Amino acid sequence: MNTSPSAGLIARDITVDYGRSTPALDAVSLTIETGVVTAIVGPNGSGKSTLLRTMGRLHTPQRGTVLLDGQDIFQRPTRDLARELGILPQSPVAPEGLTVVDLVSRGRDPHRRWFDQWARSDEAVVFAALERTGMTALATARVDDLSGGQRQRAWIALALAQETRTLLLDEPTTYLDIAHQLDVLDLVRTMHEEQGATVVMVLHDLSMAARYADRIVALRAGRIIADGTPADIITPPMLRDVFDIEATVIVDPNTGRPHVLPIRRTG
Amino acid sequence: MNAVGLLRARPRPAPVVLRRAVRMGPVSLVWRPRVLLVTMAAVLAAVLVAIVSLGVGDFSLSPAQVVSALLGHGTRQELLVVQTVRLPRILTGVAAGIALAIAGAIMQTTARNALASPDLLGVTAGASAGAVAVITLGGTASASGILREVGVPTAAMVGAIVATLAVIALTGRAGLSGIQPLLIGIGVSAFFAGAVNLFLIAAPIKDAARANVWLTGSLNQRSWPELWPIVLAVLVSVLILVPVNHRLQSLELGTDIARSTGLPLRSTGVLLIGVSVLLTAVAAASVGPLGFVALVAPHVARMACGMTRAPLLGAAAIGALVVVASDLLARTLFAPIQLPAGAVIAIIGGPFLVGLLIARKRRTAQ
Repeated sequence: MNTSPSAGLIARDITVDYGRSTPALDAVSLTIETGVVTAIVGPNGSGKSTLLRTMGRLHTPQRGTVLLDGQDIFQRPTRDLARELGILPQSPVAPEGLTVVDLVSRGRDPHRRWFDQWARSDEAVVFAALERTGMTALATARVDDLSGGQRQRAWIALALAQETRTLLLDEPTTYLDIAHQLDVLDLVRTMHEEQGATVVMVLHDLSMAARYADRIVALRAGRIIADGTPADIITPPMLRDVFDIEATVIVDPNTGRPHVLPIRRTG
Repeated sequence: MNAVGLLRARPRPAPVVLRRAVRMGPVSLVWRPRVLLVTMAAVLAAVLVAIVSLGVGDFSLSPAQVVSALLGHGTRQELLVVQTVRLPRILTGVAAGIALAIAGAIMQTTARNALASPDLLGVTAGASAGAVAVITLGGTASASGILREVGVPTAAMVGAIVATLAVIALTGRAGLSGIQPLLIGIGVSAFFAGAVNLFLIAAPIKDAARANVWLTGSLNQRSWPELWPIVLAVLVSVLILVPVNHRLQSLELGTDIARSTGLPLRSTGVLLIGVSVLLTAVAAASVGPLGFVALVAPHVARMACGMTRAPLLGAAAIGALVVVASDLLARTLFAPIQLPAGAVIAIIGGPFLVGLLIARKRRTAQ
């Protein structure tokens, strides 16, 4: 079912204008292939988060459409769509005192009816999501008592419990130390390898993006400037054009992926 | 079923119980013993207070006499006092408490703000303006008033509807999510509060005093005609809320997560705010602005149940208890003078709420 030409998540000519001098997104088109991990990178204010949020139907574009498997996501019933497309926004906040299991259980919402609030299958899926994120032992802990890394894993567990084939993550590693960044991104990689999940994430760290993504899309001022595999995209000219930095790119001896060594600002 | 998920197609059954549930065929409910316990305790307490309250007054009855009068046994006078005079008043209090507590619980969850209250939606202020207009311009003190023929509850309802329409028309433009409706409601409230002040200043002192009693919120002389609209509004609201109640949980995670997990924000927002407005309007029209109930009952329910938001059923039971108990105190503290129940709720409820919050803070700090 992944082979039909309209499969996947497709943004078509989307324009989002917040009323500033330049639009946040300027007629951007992007096809996210099924079963691929894509990273969206770009400097602050380049529109990368807006692109992700629009493709995740959290933001309605002024012009253009977003299609999932050929259907306009803004026309589909919210609940149906939520079984296929999940998006985890940047730094979500849980109410004070909420437990991890109550948080993760919300991921089952699109699969339930009001009279069927906690079926055995819901429990099984939430348990699997907790296991996968290493949160089982903390199931009854309060979200506000967790460390930043644990908290982020709890939110990702919510997204996993939603069982969508496509998952969008907006800066999933913000505020995390290097070990927890690896934790979260390894988790994304495992999900992809074991279930063939389609993942799109906004990342700030270029070397992390190069290490974990199959494809990198670079944005600047609301337009896509570069798009391709990490080896093709992460080059000194691209870094100059998109990020205004002069940098050396070396090959990471452990991963074989490009690694960015910044030298100085150029812009 | 979900053919391919991010997890396995068919996860193994969970080896541990994550949340307790009651399951029967296709029906399953999360089992929270503490919520049930709190709700039942509040209902029981409200019933006991109501029985005591039905016996208190010029014609005093023991609880046993009250119960037999309720069941239709007793002298004609006992039946008259309990069934005709006092029962509708108490039931109006119960219904108003339920309505306001549900409205308050919904507002606190949808706004994700502990200070949110349907009082701020402008509905109560609109009802007040309507009622005070009739009281001060209706002319019972002066011989001829321009609004003489209009009853106070009707005028309050009209005022509430006008304010509601204004809030809905304005929120339709500004967006229904988060705190927006409340900000608009505060503006609308300010407008009607100004109107109330104008009426009060222009009115003869006697009328202004009567208007002030109404503005405090009172169950005095409430009867069946004030009861039925609230009962109807509560029934309609319950029918609407039962299928959306569990979605309130995802709303408290913020609008992004709510939408991502499949909640239609716009229609749900309209529905929830609509229910809140309806309940507040009807309660305000019948008993005046007993608004503090809408703030205090959900907080008490939330803390008693140990949850992040007030369960609607628990809040409703506590709302009923708060109003009935306050009315009993209002009638007995300085008998034979009857205080307005609204004054008692505010005087006792305010410090009580603050005390609860401090006690909880201390416990969590340890």
